Amino acid sequence: PFPPYHTAVRGVDGKHHNNSNNNNNNNEMSQQAMNGVPQRGKLLTLDNMNPKVKRVEYAVRGPIVQRAVQIEKELREGVKKPFTEVIKANIGDAHAMGQKPITFLRQVLALCSYPELLKDNQFPEDAKKRAQRILEACGGHSIGAYSASQGIECIRHDVAHFIEKRDGGIPSNPDNIYLSTGASDAIVTILKLLVSGEGRDRTGVMISIPQYPLYSAALAELDAVQISYYLDEDKCWSLDVKELRRALYAARQHCNPRVLCIINPGNPTGQVQSRQCIEDVIRFAKEENLFLMADEVYQDNVYAEGCQFHSFKKVLFEMGPEYSSKVEMASFHSTSKCYMGECGFRGGYMEVINMDPEVKAQLTKLVSVRLCPPVPGQALLDLVVNPPQPDEPSYATFMKERTAVLAALAEKAKLTEQIFNTVPGITCNPVQGAMYTFPRISLPQKAIDKAKEEGQVPDMFYCMKLLEEEGICLVPGSGFGQREGTFHFRMTILPPTEKLKLVLKKIKDFHLRFTKEFS
Amino acid sequence: MRLLSPTKVRLLSFGRGDVLAGSGGPTVRSLTSPPLLTRRGLPKEKMSENGLMSRAKVLTIDTMNPTVKKVEYAVRGPIVQRAVELERELSEGMKKPFVEVIRANIGDAHAMGQQPITFFRQVLALCSYPELLNDSTFPEDAKSRAHRILQSCGGNSMGSYSASQGIDSVRQDVARYIERRDGGVSCDPDDIYLTTGASDGIVTMLKLLMCGEGAARTGVMISIPQYPLYSAALAELGAVQINYYLNEENCWSLDITELQRALDEARLHCNPRALCIINPGNPTGQVQSRECIEDVIRFAAKERLFLMADEVYQDNVYADGCQFHSFKKVLFEMGPEYSNTVELASFHSTSKCYMGECGFRGGYMEIINMDDDVKAQLTKLVSVRLCPPVPGQALMDLVVNPPQPGEPSYDNFIKERTATLSVLAEKAKLTEQVLNTVQGISCNPVQGAMYSFPRITIPKKAIEEALDKGQQPDMFYCMKMLEETGICLVPGSGFGQKEGTYHFRMTILPPTDKLQILLNKVKEFHQKFTQQYS
Repeated sequence: PFPPYHTAVRGVDGKHHNNSNNNNNNNEMSQQAMNGVPQRGKLLTLDNMNPKVKRVEYAVRGPIVQRAVQIEKELREGVKKPFTEVIKANIGDAHAMGQKPITFLRQVLALCSYPELLKDNQFPEDAKKRAQRILEACGGHSIGAYSASQGIECIRHDVAHFIEKRDGGIPSNPDNIYLSTGASDAIVTILKLLVSGEGRDRTGVMISIPQYPLYSAALAELDAVQISYYLDEDKCWSLDVKELRRALYAARQHCNPRVLCIINPGNPTGQVQSRQCIEDVIRFAKEENLFLMADEVYQDNVYAEGCQFHSFKKVLFEMGPEYSSKVEMASFHSTSKCYMGECGFRGGYMEVINMDPEVKAQLTKLVSVRLCPPVPGQALLDLVVNPPQPDEPSYATFMKERTAVLAALAEKAKLTEQIFNTVPGITCNPVQGAMYTFPRISLPQKAIDKAKEEGQVPDMFYCMKLLEEEGICLVPGSGFGQREGTFHFRMTILPPTEKLKLVLKKIKDFHLRFTKEFS
Repeated sequence: MRLLSPTKVRLLSFGRGDVLAGSGGPTVRSLTSPPLLTRRGLPKEKMSENGLMSRAKVLTIDTMNPTVKKVEYAVRGPIVQRAVELERELSEGMKKPFVEVIRANIGDAHAMGQQPITFFRQVLALCSYPELLNDSTFPEDAKSRAHRILQSCGGNSMGSYSASQGIDSVRQDVARYIERRDGGVSCDPDDIYLTTGASDGIVTMLKLLMCGEGAARTGVMISIPQYPLYSAALAELGAVQINYYLNEENCWSLDITELQRALDEARLHCNPRALCIINPGNPTGQVQSRECIEDVIRFAAKERLFLMADEVYQDNVYADGCQFHSFKKVLFEMGPEYSNTVELASFHSTSKCYMGECGFRGGYMEIINMDDDVKAQLTKLVSVRLCPPVPGQALMDLVVNPPQPGEPSYDNFIKERTATLSVLAEKAKLTEQVLNTVQGISCNPVQGAMYSFPRITIPKKAIEEALDKGQQPDMFYCMKMLEETGICLVPGSGFGQKEGTYHFRMTILPPTDKLQILLNKVKEFHQKFTQQYS
């Protein structure tokens, strides 16, 4: 009696159901299905809502996280579990994992929020100076005023200086900087500009597999064609231009590939691209007429020896005018990652390079509809790109805090790799950068069969079981994409070292138990 | 480049794809001209390596998203861009007939000199830098609020992501606020979604409602004049905009027969599914009567329309005899026949009212009678953007849960709040009065919100000159006013108006003395303009 559409969601259990996108017929059906009284049926139903929205999936906050929240509630209500707390290792949320905010950043934000404090002598002079400068750039000297839609002008200047310094002097024009509501906002905005055409002329966007699911979600919502290129797990998740070419040529048969997205350092895979690789990618983008999107939000999160972050902008300009005056590119950064981990403020920026001036005008218009990015996030970004300098009073503390965070992360990256690689059935590439490990897990055939019986993808089955038995919340590899027949999970390395050791040990025990149970 | 229409590009590209696919396309494709300008990375394009071709951008005005091109947002449109230029010119020492640009184009209270509410900012400072909790200069109630907010943040830090729907405790506070506001009508925190300003919530709801193609495409009814977020969002989403006109002669009131007319006409070419109401009105400043709201709800129920109630100005009601009634409250007072069936989303924000904290991008929406499956989809959709800015959520919490009688900050809070609102009421009256003394300007009372939307008479000669220049007459008028007086207004055409009528939107937010000067300047300009073109 329930029409099929009734279960057409990916339920809390994480089971796969097929979405029906057949609107018009089902629309009538659903109205009659409600006891045959059409009037009572909801106006807005699963059958007649936006079909593109239905196709959106975002595993990082998907069914497994919903179950984690339920379990937390059950624990609070006194339900007995084999664990006392849920550890959410599903997301790169540094402060939630106990990382302390950088003192200087928060002092300036407090001063901006309540300028009365500028009279308070417990605040260092450099913090006051920064706050004053930010406030002077705000309408009515208040962070409660709207800013320019592109972002506060002096902050865009500071961002441009930061980029120039980072890239060894390559100029950056503040007019090419757009502040954003986290990096996600800017990424979706650029993708939105690029989507056009119908049928086989629809815009295709190349994204890595595994990928950060913001990309697949945005492409689903924009109804763009996702073109998957696979990273090479056997070579530490490196990117191979041959694979890019394969994916591109295959896609040209059914869509119009226009964009190539790169995440470096990688999420969820943690690789750091070599300079050579970036050059190859740029050459490929130019040859194939692709707009480059470089997601560089983990640019300060590089841990492995011999690895170094190279910005796409810098490499592009070092390749000479043949490239630097032609290749269209947008690169993205954020306040949420690196050493500051200020996710809640939703700060970020993008730099656009070689964008057609008419398109840029359209971009500026488009962002104006949402008025402006949150001003506290803009202020925070200003501090990130313009931190205390060696001769300023907050410098020593700032450096101490920053170094401590990054050193601990480097240590945890190594620890994670080492421990996982001692577990039979788990293999783990080095976490060269970013904040995650994406180990491969072998699942016994019996477990795979059991999962299928329950209508779950096998790694979801695995992660769900881990959550129920150990209270550890991970994201199954299927949420990021993986080669057929391989299974993974993503785990953040952010928990404090002692807790991380515990998490790793619990996963190890679980994996051994799981393997035994299903073999 | 420009000669190439998007349609041609599409045809050409089809041709190419077919070659690669090893199959011939329909005959029409072979009629296209040689692939001079295709943009798909074909080796063939390299033939023109030294010509225009390889230089051509991947992303051009011709190949970008056509729905984005259709987006217009006058509140920050060309006139504001010119205002920014003028400010720069002034700062570079250029001589102008004015010494400063007054931006009366947008409801940006703090930029106009309104002071933040002390209590709010104290709590935000405490949340930003919790060391201050040890500081004895902060009142205890500010500390206890900050403490409570921080406790509901991951790791006790505003720097953590919150739940995508918003912080639990904040949603609970919002629900209790709504219950108090609506005389006890119950509110479920699960129906509350915190947002990045109200705009975010509005666009998200519209997005959910989109479906169908051609005559089955979702149509959305919006008032004319409207706040252009709506038309911009509809353009971007490819929805059909259905205009219903407010009655200027009757103080911009909403008339059900006009709703019916607009709906009936629209049904011929689209699938009308949603009705958007802004109350108090933006840009028109009217406050809807209870009876009008009942009529609208009855209409929505009868015509099966999803109701979207934009109530961000709910505390901005100035006129005697006017009162804000929430759609939620009226809906529930109409009995279960309505309250169980009519689907409604209502929107609120931290940007307006007495707080005017636009920069924080705080807001919420409440959804009522939404299908459970759709709600799950909504929750999933908002999760992709992770969460609304946490400082904005914290601020929202303070707005819905301000100092209570007996708490140390109460008196000062009430003093500040009352001062702001009574000054606004005074300015609303002043604006109406002064503008109505000008011949050729007629202005409805500003019953609520933050804007005046007076009608202006533009002489025929001016209209002709504007059309010669390819400008809307009211854009021509506002641009001239900006150049001559430094006052930045938004032409009525950016909001929509009945054909042949002209208006502008002006915010009433400038401080009273400055507003007085501004109104006088508008008056003088209008008289001069009228004289010049008659």
